[in-house]
Amino acid sequence: MSRRPYIRPMSQTTWYMRNGRYKVYMLREMTSFLVGFYTFLTIYALATLASNSPQVWNSFLSSQQSTGMIALHGFALLYFLFYQTFPWFKLAPKAMPVQVGEKTLPGIYIVIGHYIVWAVLSAFIFWLAGVI
Amino acid sequence: MAIAKKAIVWGLFAAGGTLTAFVFPALIALFLLIATGNVPEGMQFEQIHVFVTSWLGKVCLFIVLFLSLWHAAHRLRVVAHDFGIRKDTLVASTVYTLAAIGTVLSAYYLWMIKA
Amino acid sequence: MNIRQIELEVMRYDPEKDEAPWFQQYSVPCQEDWAILDALNYVKDELDTTLAYRWSCHMMVCGSCGMMINGEPSLTCKTFVRDLPDKVRVEPLENFPIERDLVVVLDDVMQKLHQVQPYIVRKDAPPQEDKEFTQSRGALMKFKQLTMCINCMCCYAACPQYGLDKNFIGPAALALAHRYNLDSRDQGKSDRLDILADHDGVWECSFVGACSEVCPKHVDPAAAIQQMKIDGAMEFWKQKLGMPGDKS
Repeated sequence: MSRRPYIRPMSQTTWYMRNGRYKVYMLREMTSFLVGFYTFLTIYALATLASNSPQVWNSFLSSQQSTGMIALHGFALLYFLFYQTFPWFKLAPKAMPVQVGEKTLPGIYIVIGHYIVWAVLSAFIFWLAGVI
Repeated sequence: MAIAKKAIVWGLFAAGGTLTAFVFPALIALFLLIATGNVPEGMQFEQIHVFVTSWLGKVCLFIVLFLSLWHAAHRLRVVAHDFGIRKDTLVASTVYTLAAIGTVLSAYYLWMIKA
Repeated sequence: MNIRQIELEVMRYDPEKDEAPWFQQYSVPCQEDWAILDALNYVKDELDTTLAYRWSCHMMVCGSCGMMINGEPSLTCKTFVRDLPDKVRVEPLENFPIERDLVVVLDDVMQKLHQVQPYIVRKDAPPQEDKEFTQSRGALMKFKQLTMCINCMCCYAACPQYGLDKNFIGPAALALAHRYNLDSRDQGKSDRLDILADHDGVWECSFVGACSEVCPKHVDPAAAIQQMKIDGAMEFWKQKLGMPGDKS
């Protein structure tokens, strides 16, 4: 009898195609591109504001108006909600469990708390921006 | 052995992830409104300029941009690893340099916005 | 009882004969209340005595019958034929070297379990000689779920980060370490964090969450690892700022 353990190869580049769970994970991680894109878009907006000139700001606003941008933002909003905001809230009670007395507070309360804070914060941002 | 320096970037990643989850839907929605041509009142020059001129506005925007940048940078590093790119030192220095540049630019432009 | 014919597709590997693993088909007449382990036992008893696999208790306690069932890491004693299609593929746990047929080499995780100091570490003497360490029920509840681990290693088979990088300490060992970190009688947390929060520790986890989803005992290693990342990040700054560490 001799030992000769067999090591199954694992693809370094396409391993996530193996099951649905991994694919959803990769879609979630891909939100980082959106975060990067919108952060630099906001920095670009600040750069035009830093000219302290209404003309430059207005031309920035009009440069952002196109069907392509509507499609991009619409897609990005849905993608971000389903692969960043909702999963992040869902996983929050795992990272920060709360113990009340002897029992752990059911995670659903922490998740609901996140949604309430999100609603209030979003309403505040929309109020600041004059949307509501 | 000691706690690895990854603790720093992970802390920024986690804080940034929480912040983006809360704030980015509203931010993207504002860009969407602008794209449709219905620029909200608060995004007109007079109002947004007043907001970003205030110290509170500057601080809030800087915190959002700073944490979002480092969140995205760290997660992109993980994405690169997951796609099989094994040059972690190169990837890490690239994404963190980009985040640092973004941080400096944010601070500079916020500073330059004056009444 | 009704009999249902199941096509069992079992991965075979004989280190003395085979260059690589291959699949062998067995047609197994299963009774309706059978688990996959019963089907494997039928193969061993009635069809092919050469099949090698590990099992012991048949009641989700021993943790030795973990295998890939239709691609999902599961205990074969807990996965029932009635919940599966007519064709079932059984493979040894993913991410581990195959010793023979369905038996995997567990040396690596055994060493990792040992490495995280999974026992109570005391810096000072017990309260009184010959006295037990007392613990309130609330303090026990903080970590009780983590004590349910039976080392079946399904979580390692589910973890792509362990698959990609075998240096990663991995889910079960990290969850076990967290179990002791959370224990009110333990004083080894900052020692342990030096291992857990080093390069091959918690930071290698990218929170895929698959470990927790496949865990047959609902231990939730993914949650434990995220909590340790928060601990590690806080402890890092405490150490840098020269503040007293956690339960040093």
